[in-house]
Amino acid sequence: MNLRVSTGPHLLTRENTQTLMLDVLIALAPTTAAGVYLFGLRAAWVLCVAVVAAVLSEYIWQKLMKKTVTVTDLSALVTGLIVGLNMPAGVALWIPALGSAIAIILVKQLFGGIGHNFMNPAMFARAFLLASWPARMTSFLLPERLLGASEAAHGVDMVSGATPLVTNARNIPMSDLLLGNIPGTIGEVCKVAILIGLVYLLVVKVVSWHVPVFFVGTVALMSWLVGSDPLVAILSGGVLFGAVFMATDYVTNPMQKIGQCIFGLGCGAMVVIIRSWGNYPEGVTYAILFMNCLTPLIDRFSGRRVYGMVKKHV
Amino acid sequence: MSKNSLRGVFVNGIFNENPVFRLVLGTCPVIAVTTSAINGAGMGLAATFVLIGSNVVISLLRNFIPGKVRIPAFIVVICTFVTMIQLLMHAYLPSLYEALGIFLPLIVVNCIILARAEAFASKNGVVASAMDGIGMGIGFTLAMVLMGSVRELLGNGTIFGVSLLGASFEPVLLFVLAPGGFLAYGLLLGIINAIGNKRKANRSNEEVKAA
Repeated sequence: MNLRVSTGPHLLTRENTQTLMLDVLIALAPTTAAGVYLFGLRAAWVLCVAVVAAVLSEYIWQKLMKKTVTVTDLSALVTGLIVGLNMPAGVALWIPALGSAIAIILVKQLFGGIGHNFMNPAMFARAFLLASWPARMTSFLLPERLLGASEAAHGVDMVSGATPLVTNARNIPMSDLLLGNIPGTIGEVCKVAILIGLVYLLVVKVVSWHVPVFFVGTVALMSWLVGSDPLVAILSGGVLFGAVFMATDYVTNPMQKIGQCIFGLGCGAMVVIIRSWGNYPEGVTYAILFMNCLTPLIDRFSGRRVYGMVKKHV
Repeated sequence: MSKNSLRGVFVNGIFNENPVFRLVLGTCPVIAVTTSAINGAGMGLAATFVLIGSNVVISLLRNFIPGKVRIPAFIVVICTFVTMIQLLMHAYLPSLYEALGIFLPLIVVNCIILARAEAFASKNGVVASAMDGIGMGIGFTLAMVLMGSVRELLGNGTIFGVSLLGASFEPVLLFVLAPGGFLAYGLLLGIINAIGNKRKANRSNEEVKAA
Protein backbone atom coordinates (compact mmCIF):
# COMPACT_ATOMS: atom_id res chain seq x y z
CA MET A 1 0.00 0.00 0.00
CA ASN A 2 1.30 3.42 -0.87
CA LEU A 3 0.74 5.79 2.01
CA ARG A 4 1.87 9.36 1.71
CA VAL A 5 3.30 10.68 4.95
CA SER A 6 3.49 14.43 5.40
CA THR A 7 3.35 17.00 8.16
CA GLY A 8 0.36 19.30 8.61
CA PRO A 9 -1.39 21.35 7.40
CA HIS A 10 -2.94 18.77 5.10
CA LEU A 11 -5.16 21.17 3.27
CA LEU A 12 -4.58 21.01 -0.46
CA THR A 13 -5.45 23.96 -2.64
CA ARG A 14 -4.55 25.23 -6.05
CA GLU A 15 -4.15 28.66 -4.53
CA ASN A 16 -0.62 30.06 -4.53
CA THR A 17 0.98 33.48 -4.78
CA GLN A 18 0.62 33.46 -8.54
CA THR A 19 -3.11 32.68 -8.66
CA LEU A 20 -3.69 35.17 -5.85
CA MET A 21 -1.87 37.91 -7.73
CA LEU A 22 -3.74 36.99 -10.88
CA ASP A 23 -7.00 37.56 -8.99
CA VAL A 24 -5.76 40.96 -7.84
CA LEU A 25 -4.81 41.80 -11.43
CA ILE A 26 -8.29 40.82 -12.63
CA ALA A 27 -9.78 43.01 -9.90
CA LEU A 28 -7.55 45.89 -10.98
CA ALA A 29 -8.52 45.52 -14.63
CA PRO A 30 -11.69 47.67 -14.52
CA THR A 31 -9.85 50.45 -12.68
CA THR A 32 -6.97 50.30 -15.14
CA ALA A 33 -9.31 50.35 -18.12
CA ALA A 34 -11.30 53.24 -16.67
CA GLY A 35 -8.10 55.20 -15.98
CA VAL A 36 -6.84 54.75 -19.53
CA TYR A 37 -10.28 55.59 -20.95
CA LEU A 38 -10.59 58.75 -18.84
CA PHE A 39 -7.06 60.10 -19.11
CA GLY A 40 -6.13 58.79 -22.53
CA LEU A 41 -2.99 57.15 -23.86
CA ARG A 42 -0.76 59.16 -21.52
CA ALA A 43 -2.11 57.15 -18.59
CA ALA A 44 -1.37 53.89 -20.41
CA TRP A 45 2.25 55.00 -20.81
CA VAL A 46 2.57 55.79 -17.12
CA LEU A 47 1.16 52.38 -16.18
CA CYS A 48 3.42 50.57 -18.67
CA VAL A 49 6.55 52.29 -17.39
CA ALA A 50 5.62 51.54 -13.77
CA VAL A 51 4.94 47.87 -14.42
CA VAL A 52 8.04 47.30 -16.55
CA ALA A 53 10.23 49.12 -14.02
CA ALA A 54 8.86 47.05 -11.14
CA VAL A 55 9.38 43.71 -12.86
CA LEU A 56 12.83 44.71 -14.13
CA SER A 57 13.94 45.95 -10.69
CA GLU A 58 12.90 42.68 -9.08
CA TYR A 59 14.60 40.63 -11.80
CA ILE A 60 17.85 42.63 -11.79
CA TRP A 61 18.07 42.80 -7.99
CA GLN A 62 17.51 39.07 -7.55
CA LYS A 63 20.04 38.31 -10.30
CA LEU A 64 22.62 40.63 -8.73
CA MET A 65 22.08 39.23 -5.25
CA LYS A 66 22.18 35.69 -6.64
CA LYS A 67 18.71 34.88 -5.33
CA THR A 68 15.98 32.84 -6.92
CA VAL A 69 14.19 35.05 -9.41
CA THR A 70 10.53 35.24 -8.40
CA VAL A 71 9.10 37.59 -11.02
CA THR A 72 6.77 34.85 -12.26
CA ASP A 73 4.71 35.05 -9.06
CA LEU A 74 3.31 38.29 -10.53
CA SER A 75 3.65 40.19 -7.25
CA ALA A 76 6.08 42.71 -8.75
CA LEU A 77 3.66 43.24 -11.61
CA VAL A 78 0.84 44.02 -9.17
CA THR A 79 3.07 46.39 -7.17
CA GLY A 80 4.12 48.16 -10.37
CA LEU A 81 0.55 48.52 -11.56
CA ILE A 82 -0.56 49.96 -8.22
CA VAL A 83 2.38 52.39 -8.24
CA GLY A 84 1.29 53.49 -11.71
CA LEU A 85 -2.35 53.84 -10.71
CA ASN A 86 -1.23 56.15 -7.89
CA MET A 87 0.29 58.64 -10.33
CA PRO A 88 -1.31 61.68 -11.91
CA ALA A 89 -1.72 60.90 -15.61
CA GLY A 90 0.51 63.73 -16.81
CA VAL A 91 3.50 62.92 -14.64
CA ALA A 92 7.01 62.79 -16.15
CA LEU A 93 7.71 59.16 -17.00
CA TRP A 94 10.84 58.85 -14.85
CA ILE A 95 8.70 59.33 -11.74
CA PRO A 96 6.73 56.06 -12.03
CA ALA A 97 9.92 54.24 -13.04
CA LEU A 98 11.75 55.48 -9.95
CA GLY A 99 8.68 54.83 -7.80
CA SER A 100 8.50 51.20 -8.86
CA ALA A 101 12.22 50.70 -8.30
CA ILE A 102 11.92 52.17 -4.79
CA ALA A 103 8.89 50.03 -3.99
CA ILE A 104 10.54 46.81 -5.13
CA ILE A 105 14.15 47.30 -4.02
CA LEU A 106 13.94 49.56 -0.98
CA VAL A 107 10.75 48.27 0.61
CA LYS A 108 10.34 44.72 -0.64
CA GLN A 109 13.73 43.21 -1.44
CA LEU A 110 15.88 44.91 1.20
CA PHE A 111 13.58 43.54 3.89
CA GLY A 112 13.78 40.02 2.49
CA GLY A 113 11.45 39.83 -0.50
CA ILE A 114 7.81 38.93 -0.76
CA GLY A 115 6.04 38.53 2.57
CA HIS A 116 8.71 40.30 4.58
CA ASN A 117 8.03 43.96 3.88
CA PHE A 118 6.55 45.79 6.85
CA MET A 119 5.00 48.49 4.70
CA ASN A 120 2.98 48.42 1.54
CA PRO A 121 5.67 48.95 -1.15
CA ALA A 122 3.47 50.96 -3.51
CA MET A 123 2.27 53.21 -0.69
CA PHE A 124 5.81 53.88 0.48
CA ALA A 125 6.85 54.70 -3.08
CA ARG A 126 3.99 57.17 -3.34
CA ALA A 127 4.90 58.80 -0.02
CA PHE A 128 8.55 58.99 -1.10
CA LEU A 129 7.69 60.64 -4.42
CA LEU A 130 5.12 62.94 -2.84
CA ALA A 131 7.64 64.22 -0.29
CA SER A 132 10.41 64.57 -2.86
CA TRP A 133 8.60 66.10 -5.82
CA PRO A 134 5.36 67.51 -4.41
CA ALA A 135 4.64 69.68 -7.44
CA ARG A 136 5.01 66.84 -9.95
CA MET A 137 2.95 64.45 -7.87
CA THR A 138 0.04 66.81 -7.32
CA SER A 139 -0.43 68.41 -10.73
CA PHE A 140 -3.49 66.39 -11.64
CA LEU A 141 -5.01 66.42 -15.05
CA LEU A 142 -8.66 66.80 -15.79
CA PRO A 143 -9.84 63.67 -17.56
CA GLU A 144 -9.95 64.13 -21.32
CA ARG A 145 -13.67 63.44 -21.22
CA LEU A 146 -14.17 66.42 -18.96
CA LEU A 147 -12.77 68.86 -21.48
CA GLY A 148 -15.52 71.08 -22.71
CA ALA A 149 -16.06 71.90 -26.36
CA SER A 150 -14.28 75.24 -25.98
CA GLU A 151 -10.98 73.75 -24.83
CA ALA A 152 -11.15 71.04 -27.44
CA ALA A 153 -11.69 73.65 -30.12
CA HIS A 154 -8.57 75.48 -29.02
CA GLY A 155 -6.53 72.34 -29.38
CA VAL A 156 -5.81 71.91 -25.69
CA ASP A 157 -4.61 68.38 -24.99
CA MET A 158 -5.01 68.34 -21.27
CA VAL A 159 -5.89 70.78 -18.57
CA SER A 160 -4.59 70.49 -15.06
CA GLY A 161 -6.82 70.99 -12.07
CA ALA A 162 -6.98 70.46 -8.35
CA THR A 163 -8.68 67.40 -6.87
CA PRO A 164 -12.18 67.86 -5.46
CA LEU A 165 -10.58 67.73 -2.02
CA VAL A 166 -8.97 71.10 -2.69
CA THR A 167 -11.75 72.73 -4.65
CA ASN A 168 -15.28 72.62 -3.39
CA ALA A 169 -16.56 69.16 -4.20
CA ARG A 170 -20.16 69.99 -3.43
CA ASN A 171 -20.53 71.56 -6.84
CA ILE A 172 -19.56 68.40 -8.68
CA PRO A 173 -22.48 66.16 -9.69
CA MET A 174 -22.55 62.78 -7.96
CA SER A 175 -22.41 60.95 -11.29
CA ASP A 176 -19.05 62.59 -12.07
CA LEU A 177 -17.67 61.57 -8.67
CA LEU A 178 -18.80 57.99 -9.23
CA LEU A 179 -17.70 57.60 -12.84
CA GLY A 180 -14.41 59.40 -12.39
CA ASN A 181 -15.03 62.59 -14.30
CA ILE A 182 -12.83 64.45 -11.81
CA PRO A 183 -9.12 65.23 -11.55
CA GLY A 184 -7.04 62.79 -9.55
CA THR A 185 -4.58 59.92 -9.89
CA ILE A 186 -5.16 57.39 -12.65
CA GLY A 187 -6.58 54.72 -10.39
CA GLU A 188 -8.53 56.60 -7.78
CA VAL A 189 -11.03 58.57 -9.85
CA CYS A 190 -13.45 55.93 -11.17
CA LYS A 191 -15.28 54.65 -8.09
CA VAL A 192 -17.56 52.31 -10.05
CA ALA A 193 -14.59 50.41 -11.45
CA ILE A 194 -13.03 50.13 -8.00
CA LEU A 195 -16.26 48.74 -6.58
CA ILE A 196 -16.45 46.15 -9.39
CA GLY A 197 -12.93 45.12 -8.41
CA LEU A 198 -13.94 44.90 -4.75
CA VAL A 199 -16.93 42.71 -5.56
CA TYR A 200 -14.67 40.36 -7.55
CA LEU A 201 -12.12 40.18 -4.72
CA LEU A 202 -14.89 39.42 -2.21
CA VAL A 203 -16.50 36.78 -4.43
CA VAL A 204 -13.26 34.87 -5.02
CA LYS A 205 -12.45 35.41 -1.33
CA VAL A 206 -9.09 37.04 -1.92
CA VAL A 207 -9.91 39.75 0.60
CA SER A 208 -12.40 39.80 3.43
CA TRP A 209 -14.82 42.69 3.90
CA HIS A 210 -13.42 43.78 7.27
CA VAL A 211 -10.70 46.22 6.26
CA PRO A 212 -12.50 48.02 3.39
CA VAL A 213 -15.80 48.30 5.27
CA PHE A 214 -14.27 49.55 8.50
CA PHE A 215 -11.93 51.89 6.58
CA VAL A 216 -14.65 53.51 4.47
CA GLY A 217 -17.20 53.41 7.30
CA THR A 218 -14.89 55.25 9.67
CA VAL A 219 -14.11 57.87 7.05
CA ALA A 220 -17.84 58.42 6.50
CA LEU A 221 -18.67 58.58 10.19
CA MET A 222 -15.80 60.84 11.15
CA SER A 223 -16.28 63.16 8.16
CA TRP A 224 -19.89 63.53 9.21
CA LEU A 225 -18.77 64.29 12.78
CA VAL A 226 -16.37 67.02 11.63
CA GLY A 227 -19.14 68.50 9.53
CA SER A 228 -18.44 67.52 5.93
CA ASP A 229 -20.57 65.49 3.57
CA PRO A 230 -19.68 61.81 4.23
CA LEU A 231 -20.50 60.67 0.69
CA VAL A 232 -18.34 63.36 -0.89
CA ALA A 233 -15.55 62.55 1.56
CA ILE A 234 -15.53 58.94 0.39
CA LEU A 235 -15.90 59.62 -3.30
CA SER A 236 -13.65 62.62 -3.86
CA GLY A 237 -10.19 61.29 -2.99
CA GLY A 238 -8.29 58.05 -2.84
CA VAL A 239 -10.23 56.49 0.03
CA LEU A 240 -11.94 53.78 -1.99
CA PHE A 241 -8.87 52.86 -4.02
CA GLY A 242 -6.75 52.75 -0.88
CA ALA A 243 -9.31 50.79 1.11
CA VAL A 244 -9.84 48.16 -1.58
CA PHE A 245 -6.41 47.65 -3.10
CA MET A 246 -3.80 48.93 -0.68
CA ALA A 247 -5.10 48.56 2.85
CA THR A 248 -5.99 44.92 2.12
CA ASP A 249 -2.43 43.87 1.30
CA TYR A 250 -1.93 40.54 3.13
CA VAL A 251 1.62 41.13 4.24
CA THR A 252 1.02 44.44 6.00
CA ASN A 253 -2.38 43.52 7.48
CA PRO A 254 -3.22 42.10 10.90
CA MET A 255 -3.96 38.38 10.78
CA GLN A 256 -7.06 38.19 12.98
CA LYS A 257 -10.44 39.50 11.86
CA ILE A 258 -10.71 41.69 14.96
CA GLY A 259 -7.25 43.07 14.18
CA GLN A 260 -8.31 43.85 10.62
CA CYS A 261 -11.31 45.76 11.95
CA ILE A 262 -9.02 47.83 14.18
CA PHE A 263 -6.67 48.31 11.22
CA GLY A 264 -9.50 49.62 9.02
CA LEU A 265 -10.78 51.82 11.80
CA GLY A 266 -7.33 53.32 12.34
CA CYS A 267 -6.83 53.98 8.62
CA GLY A 268 -10.18 55.74 8.34
CA ALA A 269 -9.58 57.84 11.44
CA MET A 270 -6.10 58.88 10.25
CA VAL A 271 -7.46 59.89 6.83
CA VAL A 272 -10.04 62.23 8.35
CA ILE A 273 -7.54 63.60 10.90
CA ILE A 274 -4.99 64.38 8.17
CA ARG A 275 -7.65 65.85 5.87
CA SER A 276 -9.16 68.03 8.59
CA TRP A 277 -6.17 69.16 10.61
CA GLY A 278 -3.07 68.17 8.62
CA ASN A 279 -1.09 70.07 6.04
CA TYR A 280 -2.11 67.84 3.17
CA PRO A 281 -5.47 67.77 1.41
CA GLU A 282 -5.33 63.97 1.17
CA GLY A 283 -4.08 61.51 3.77
CA VAL A 284 -4.84 57.99 2.50
CA THR A 285 -1.18 57.20 1.79
CA TYR A 286 0.07 58.26 5.18
CA ALA A 287 -2.89 56.70 6.99
CA ILE A 288 -2.20 53.28 5.46
CA LEU A 289 1.57 53.54 6.07
CA PHE A 290 0.93 54.57 9.67
CA MET A 291 -1.35 51.60 10.30
CA ASN A 292 1.12 49.29 8.49
CA CYS A 293 3.65 50.20 11.17
CA LEU A 294 1.12 49.39 13.91
CA THR A 295 0.19 46.01 12.41
CA PRO A 296 2.62 43.91 14.53
CA LEU A 297 1.27 45.66 17.63
CA ILE A 298 -2.35 45.02 16.63
CA ASP A 299 -1.50 41.37 15.94
CA ARG A 300 0.03 41.09 19.38
CA PHE A 301 -3.02 42.42 21.16
CA SER A 302 -5.75 40.88 19.04
CA GLY A 303 -5.32 37.59 20.83
CA ARG A 304 -3.90 34.96 18.55
CA ARG A 305 -5.28 31.67 19.83
CA VAL A 306 -3.08 28.70 19.07
CA TYR A 307 -4.96 25.78 17.54
CA GLY A 308 -6.08 23.37 20.23
CA MET A 309 -5.66 25.82 23.05
CA VAL A 310 -8.67 26.27 25.33
CA LYS A 311 -9.75 29.73 26.39
CA LYS A 312 -8.85 30.49 29.96
CA HIS A 313 -11.75 30.51 32.37
CA VAL A 314 -11.52 33.42 34.72
CA MET B 1 51.43 52.40 26.90
CA SER B 2 53.55 51.55 23.87
CA LYS B 3 53.44 53.59 20.71
CA ASN B 4 51.94 50.71 18.78
CA SER B 5 48.94 50.30 21.04
CA LEU B 6 48.41 54.09 21.10
CA ARG B 7 48.06 53.96 17.35
CA GLY B 8 45.71 51.04 17.80
CA VAL B 9 43.54 53.09 20.16
CA PHE B 10 43.49 55.95 17.65
CA VAL B 11 42.61 53.81 14.60
CA ASN B 12 40.09 51.79 16.58
CA GLY B 13 37.73 54.75 16.90
CA ILE B 14 37.80 55.46 13.19
CA PHE B 15 37.17 52.00 11.76
CA ASN B 16 36.69 48.93 13.95
CA GLU B 17 34.69 50.73 16.60
CA ASN B 18 33.36 53.64 14.62
CA PRO B 19 30.82 55.11 17.04
CA VAL B 20 28.19 55.70 14.37
CA PHE B 21 28.48 52.74 12.01
CA ARG B 22 29.92 50.10 14.34
CA LEU B 23 28.78 50.90 17.87
CA VAL B 24 25.57 52.62 16.68
CA LEU B 25 25.87 55.21 19.45
CA GLY B 26 24.71 58.82 19.41
CA THR B 27 22.40 58.25 16.48
CA CYS B 28 20.09 61.12 17.39
CA PRO B 29 22.35 63.88 16.01
CA VAL B 30 23.41 61.54 13.20
CA ILE B 31 19.87 61.54 11.86
CA ALA B 32 18.81 65.01 12.97
CA VAL B 33 21.55 67.41 11.89
CA THR B 34 23.12 65.76 8.83
CA THR B 35 20.94 67.61 6.35
CA SER B 36 24.12 68.98 4.81
CA ALA B 37 27.79 68.06 4.84
CA ILE B 38 28.76 71.30 6.60
CA ASN B 39 26.25 70.70 9.40
CA GLY B 40 27.56 67.17 9.81
CA ALA B 41 31.15 68.40 9.93
CA GLY B 42 30.28 71.15 12.42
CA MET B 43 28.46 68.77 14.72
CA GLY B 44 31.25 66.19 14.40
CA LEU B 45 33.98 68.69 15.26
CA ALA B 46 32.02 70.09 18.20
CA ALA B 47 31.55 66.59 19.59
CA THR B 48 35.24 65.82 18.97
CA PHE B 49 36.26 68.87 20.99
CA VAL B 50 34.04 67.79 23.88
CA LEU B 51 35.19 64.18 23.59
CA ILE B 52 38.90 65.04 23.78
CA GLY B 53 38.40 67.55 26.59
CA SER B 54 36.23 65.31 28.73
CA ASN B 55 38.40 62.25 28.12
CA VAL B 56 41.54 64.09 29.23
CA VAL B 57 39.97 65.68 32.32
CA ILE B 58 38.17 62.52 33.41
CA SER B 59 41.34 60.51 32.94
CA LEU B 60 43.21 63.04 35.13
CA LEU B 61 40.53 62.86 37.81
CA ARG B 62 39.96 59.11 37.60
CA ASN B 63 41.65 58.42 40.94
CA PHE B 64 39.78 61.16 42.78
CA ILE B 65 36.20 60.51 41.66
CA PRO B 66 34.41 58.09 44.02
CA GLY B 67 32.82 55.20 42.13
CA LYS B 68 29.32 55.88 43.40
CA VAL B 69 29.08 59.42 42.05
CA ARG B 70 31.16 58.95 38.93
CA ILE B 71 28.31 59.42 36.42
CA PRO B 72 27.23 62.84 37.79
CA ALA B 73 30.89 63.82 38.00
CA PHE B 74 31.45 62.81 34.34
CA ILE B 75 28.37 64.75 33.30
CA VAL B 76 29.61 67.89 35.06
CA VAL B 77 32.93 67.64 33.22
CA ILE B 78 31.18 67.03 29.89
CA CYS B 79 28.80 69.95 30.53
CA THR B 80 31.74 72.26 31.05
CA PHE B 81 33.14 71.49 27.62
CA VAL B 82 29.73 71.59 25.93
CA THR B 83 29.09 75.04 27.40
CA MET B 84 32.47 76.20 26.13
CA ILE B 85 31.93 74.97 22.58
CA GLN B 86 28.38 76.33 22.60
CA LEU B 87 29.51 79.84 23.59
CA LEU B 88 32.42 79.72 21.11
CA MET B 89 30.17 78.69 18.25
CA HIS B 90 27.54 81.24 19.16
CA ALA B 91 30.22 83.93 19.01
CA TYR B 92 32.19 82.89 15.94
CA LEU B 93 29.96 80.61 13.85
CA PRO B 94 26.45 81.99 14.41
CA SER B 95 24.93 80.40 11.28
CA LEU B 96 26.22 76.92 12.16
CA TYR B 97 25.07 77.52 15.73
CA GLU B 98 21.58 78.23 14.44
CA ALA B 99 21.61 75.19 12.14
CA LEU B 100 22.63 72.78 14.89
CA GLY B 101 20.05 74.24 17.28
CA ILE B 102 19.13 72.07 20.25
CA PHE B 103 21.52 69.31 19.21
CA LEU B 104 24.55 71.34 20.29
CA PRO B 105 23.61 71.48 24.01
CA LEU B 106 22.36 67.90 23.67
CA ILE B 107 25.98 66.78 23.16
CA VAL B 108 25.91 66.53 26.97
CA VAL B 109 23.73 63.45 26.79
CA ASN B 110 25.40 62.02 23.68
CA CYS B 111 26.06 58.36 24.50
CA ILE B 112 29.40 58.32 22.68
CA ILE B 113 30.94 60.80 25.08
CA LEU B 114 29.63 59.21 28.27
CA ALA B 115 30.45 55.75 26.93
CA ARG B 116 34.08 56.70 26.27
CA ALA B 117 34.36 58.34 29.69
CA GLU B 118 32.97 55.27 31.40
CA ALA B 119 34.59 52.59 29.27
CA PHE B 120 37.95 54.15 28.51
CA ALA B 121 38.98 57.42 30.15
CA SER B 122 38.12 56.34 33.69
CA LYS B 123 40.42 53.33 33.34
CA ASN B 124 43.32 54.58 31.23
CA GLY B 125 46.10 57.15 31.30
CA VAL B 126 45.89 60.71 29.99
CA VAL B 127 47.74 60.18 26.70
CA ALA B 128 45.79 57.06 25.79
CA SER B 129 42.52 58.76 26.73
CA ALA B 130 43.38 61.76 24.55
CA MET B 131 44.20 59.42 21.66
CA ASP B 132 40.91 57.59 22.20
CA GLY B 133 39.07 60.92 22.20
CA ILE B 134 40.76 62.02 18.98
CA GLY B 135 40.16 58.68 17.26
CA MET B 136 36.53 58.42 18.31
CA GLY B 137 36.00 62.09 17.47
CA ILE B 138 37.45 61.70 13.98
CA GLY B 139 35.42 58.54 13.49
CA PHE B 140 32.25 60.37 14.51
CA THR B 141 33.10 63.39 12.35
CA LEU B 142 33.84 61.25 9.28
CA ALA B 143 30.57 59.39 9.72
CA MET B 144 28.67 62.66 10.11
CA VAL B 145 30.31 64.12 6.99
CA LEU B 146 29.54 60.94 5.04
CA MET B 147 25.89 61.05 6.11
CA GLY B 148 25.69 64.78 5.44
CA SER B 149 27.32 64.42 2.01
CA VAL B 150 25.02 61.62 0.89
CA ARG B 151 21.92 63.46 2.05
CA GLU B 152 23.03 66.83 0.67
CA LEU B 153 24.02 65.28 -2.66
CA LEU B 154 20.70 63.50 -3.13
CA GLY B 155 18.51 66.08 -1.49
CA ASN B 156 20.11 69.22 -2.85
CA GLY B 157 22.52 68.16 -5.59
CA THR B 158 25.52 69.61 -3.75
CA ILE B 159 28.27 68.63 -1.31
CA PHE B 160 29.58 71.39 0.98
CA GLY B 161 27.55 73.76 -1.17
CA VAL B 162 29.36 72.80 -4.39
CA SER B 163 26.95 71.80 -7.12
CA LEU B 164 27.87 68.36 -8.45
CA LEU B 165 24.91 66.95 -10.32
CA GLY B 166 24.18 69.79 -12.71
CA ALA B 167 21.08 71.86 -13.24
CA SER B 168 18.93 69.13 -14.77
CA PHE B 169 19.03 67.07 -11.56
CA GLU B 170 15.83 67.38 -9.59
CA PRO B 171 16.74 67.01 -5.90
CA VAL B 172 15.16 64.14 -3.98
CA LEU B 173 13.71 66.41 -1.32
CA LEU B 174 12.97 63.48 0.98
CA PHE B 175 16.66 63.07 1.77
CA VAL B 176 16.94 66.41 3.53
CA LEU B 177 13.74 65.71 5.46
CA ALA B 178 13.62 63.57 8.60
CA PRO B 179 12.58 60.29 6.89
CA GLY B 180 15.56 60.68 4.55
CA GLY B 181 17.84 60.70 7.60
CA PHE B 182 16.56 57.30 8.69
CA LEU B 183 16.68 56.02 5.13
CA ALA B 184 20.24 57.20 4.46
CA TYR B 185 21.45 55.91 7.83
CA GLY B 186 19.89 52.49 7.31
CA LEU B 187 21.30 52.16 3.81
CA LEU B 188 24.82 53.29 4.78
CA LEU B 189 24.77 50.98 7.81
CA GLY B 190 23.73 48.10 5.55
CA ILE B 191 26.41 48.81 2.95
CA ILE B 192 29.15 49.14 5.58
CA ASN B 193 28.07 45.92 7.28
CA ALA B 194 28.00 44.12 3.94
CA ILE B 195 31.56 45.28 3.17
CA GLY B 196 32.67 44.28 6.68
CA ASN B 197 31.13 40.82 6.36
CA LYS B 198 32.72 40.29 2.99
CA ARG B 199 36.16 41.24 4.32
CA LYS B 200 35.68 38.94 7.30
CA ALA B 201 34.68 36.08 5.02
CA ASN B 202 37.71 36.70 2.78
CA ARG B 203 40.01 36.76 5.78
CA SER B 204 38.71 33.49 7.18
CA ASN B 205 39.00 31.95 3.72
CA GLU B 206 42.65 33.01 3.58
CA GLU B 207 43.24 31.57 7.01
CA VAL B 208 41.75 28.29 5.94
CA LYS B 209 43.99 28.28 2.87
CA ALA B 210 47.08 29.17 4.93
CA ALA B 211 46.33 26.38 7.36
